[in-house]
Amino acid sequence: MPITITLNGEPFSLDHAATIAELLLTLQIDARRVAVEHNFVVLKRDRYADTAIGEGDQIEIVNFVGGGIG
Amino acid sequence: MDTLFIAGREFTSRLLIGTGKYPSHQIMQAAHDASGAEVVTVAVRRVNISDRSKESLLDYIDSRKYFLLPNTAACYTADEAIRTARLGREVGLSHWVKLEVIGDEKTLFPDNEALLEATRVLVKEGFVVLPYTNDDPVMCRKLEDAGAAAVMPLGAPIGSGLGIQNPNNIRIIKEQARVPVIVDAGVGTASDATFAMELGADAVLMNTAVALAQDPVSMARAMRLGVEAGRLAFLSGRIPRKAYASASSPLEGTIAASPARV
Repeated sequence: MPITITLNGEPFSLDHAATIAELLLTLQIDARRVAVEHNFVVLKRDRYADTAIGEGDQIEIVNFVGGGIG
Repeated sequence: MDTLFIAGREFTSRLLIGTGKYPSHQIMQAAHDASGAEVVTVAVRRVNISDRSKESLLDYIDSRKYFLLPNTAACYTADEAIRTARLGREVGLSHWVKLEVIGDEKTLFPDNEALLEATRVLVKEGFVVLPYTNDDPVMCRKLEDAGAAAVMPLGAPIGSGLGIQNPNNIRIIKEQARVPVIVDAGVGTASDATFAMELGADAVLMNTAVALAQDPVSMARAMRLGVEAGRLAFLSGRIPRKAYASASSPLEGTIAASPARV
């Protein structure tokens, strides 16, 4: 069954329930270069494979970009 | 050797540099090399989900050579800054954070109340916290008491290039601090960096002055030399300022003293 989540502040549809690891794979994101917050809790990388995403979940995927001060 | 210790970690360079606003990743990389910096700051931002084509910043920073320092730039509350710090730790796998809680969009001055609160929380969680703050000796002392590993007073507003606006405060902050003082923001050119170091700052952090210079690579080298010159001058003990002249050549034996020719 398809589910809808909020991914980086935007609505996002998944064909079926998935884990964080599966979501990253679908999005072609290298897990070693990002951090993931699942419902306001930062996940350790070794938790991606066993963390299931549910309907309405809030997910943030961030990486490093250029920046200095401010 | 005169090295810098922050939270027990040793650095030979006293210049910390940012990764924003460069004309290209290649120029940034060359500027970093020219600067001699060992610490580079990075921002933590959402991954672009719809467009994955962009190159990663990390392809241009050799993590064996540079120590990555995530910042919490553009966070306006303690909560946002704390969340960003935790995320930054997971991306970089280091528990260091350059903590910023901004209080005003126009000046980018810090919200010191929220900054202090976020510092306390993150220190408790085991972070090495380097807070960006005002050039206020009282605030710097409070941050240090809260467990900050260094204090980072601004020289002038972020990106302004105005140079050190309140040298006396920087001097006082340094005099009282038991942790390193890193002048963070406001540097416009090499002499500003030199001046900060001459005041006794332990290091200087900059981004815009290098990234937006007409020749960022050359400016990075100028900043490296400026920081080194200032540090050496500080350690060497400058002469006192005097109102009147004091000649450096001997007064005896000048030809003016010999009898006039007839």
